[in-house]
Amino acid sequence: MAASIRTSCNGSDVAVVGGGLVGLAVALGIQEKGQQVTIYDEGDIAFRASRGNFGLVWVQGKGDSYPAYANLTRLSARLWGDMAASLEESTGIDIQLSQKGGLFICLSENELAQRAKMLEQMALYHTEGYPFEVLDHQQLKEMVPEIGPEVAGATWGPEDGHVNPLYLMRALLKRFTDLGGKLINSGAISTVQPVNGQFHLYSAAGRYVSDKVVLAAGLGNKKLASMVGIEAPIFPNRGQVLIAERVKHFLDYPTGHVRQTAEGTIQCGDSKEDVGLDSGTTTDVLADIARRAVTMFPLLKDVRLIRSWGALRIMTPDGHPIYQQSEQFPGAFLVTCHSGVTLAAAHAGPIADWITQGSPDPVLNLEKFHADRFQV
Amino acid sequence: MPTDSRFSRLPVSEKGLVSICIEGQTVTALEGESVAAAVLQAGVRPTRTTPVTDTGRAPYCMMGVCFDCLMEIDGKPNTQACMTEVRDGMVVKIQLGARQVSGGDL
Repeated sequence: MAASIRTSCNGSDVAVVGGGLVGLAVALGIQEKGQQVTIYDEGDIAFRASRGNFGLVWVQGKGDSYPAYANLTRLSARLWGDMAASLEESTGIDIQLSQKGGLFICLSENELAQRAKMLEQMALYHTEGYPFEVLDHQQLKEMVPEIGPEVAGATWGPEDGHVNPLYLMRALLKRFTDLGGKLINSGAISTVQPVNGQFHLYSAAGRYVSDKVVLAAGLGNKKLASMVGIEAPIFPNRGQVLIAERVKHFLDYPTGHVRQTAEGTIQCGDSKEDVGLDSGTTTDVLADIARRAVTMFPLLKDVRLIRSWGALRIMTPDGHPIYQQSEQFPGAFLVTCHSGVTLAAAHAGPIADWITQGSPDPVLNLEKFHADRFQV
Repeated sequence: MPTDSRFSRLPVSEKGLVSICIEGQTVTALEGESVAAAVLQAGVRPTRTTPVTDTGRAPYCMMGVCFDCLMEIDGKPNTQACMTEVRDGMVVKIQLGARQVSGGDL
């Protein structure tokens, strides 16, 4: 017989389903507002994009055909510095945020021209300004002397950056629990049932009750959202990552394909595969990632590879997030995206405010992130 | 370089001797043994320093898993000493922090 745990005694308790970066950031933001939040997490058997991602805080090109997403991304990037500083001050964990700009390296002239065109079009939408630069081979070489001879050039985004996503996760969790937030290793929440204005959550471990529920369960959101009247077309998209040994610092900026961590580790990968719920790795894709990395930075030729993994992005048909409160069951919120790192500061800030208050800041244009946009 | 090793070899049947150079010192090792065994027996400590905190390390697992035995062996940085057999004339150096990368000339 499953245990029954009642966590809600008044009208302010919030359950967050999913303890990855998205769930943690939203939960922390709500807990900071003084509401009691409990995170229900599946545990380490979960597909955990938070542990497999690339660690970019990335702006350039995001939302190229969707200004609301571009704006949200840039807002989050602007909020990131304060969030990182506050996390470090309160937890003592340096999450290694660096926002000195980022490079998207293009191997062919054609790719560079296409990308320049895409960013020029974005600048037209964003009358407030959309900073970027297109660098030819020579200009790029002056900035990054280690660049390979076959590289055509790069686009430079001054708002881009990177962070250590594992330290980020640890810091968010520590801050959340220090403030009195609760984390329950509940196993997967299999059912969310709206009952008289509250929500009953069920897992193999028992039943939990809350006044509000935030679905931040990544790929698990598809099933859970339908239980609160939201159709969320979410599907996995696999990325593979190659890790090389620590080497002396040579790369000042993250790129879309290769970055060097604060400790010196080299991380490579930008593959996209539609392979269902398979987070494995394949030799051909990893070989291609390695080949591209060495073409971009020939000095990596002799560097030893020490690890590889696959991880599943949480994708929507247009690649943009879904933020939606259920109309049928108010108090149920869906938060889902594939950029849990970049958007973490928005999630802990204005998105958490929206859930706490029930109405969003108009500047967010949250109606643009409604799942209705997928219905033809 | 300290020489008071706490490691001593068990008596073994007929094995050839090789000379290797560890941090400029010539050391006699047994044919077929690993560089890690040779440096432990020679008393070399540390055998590397870590890239992040610059702390000393020495061979630990002796079976290719822990990567604490990384040394520069015959000019190749970050080489696992426990997985590398000694060879006459081999030049072994302490791995200091993260390795250099220099355009593939190593």
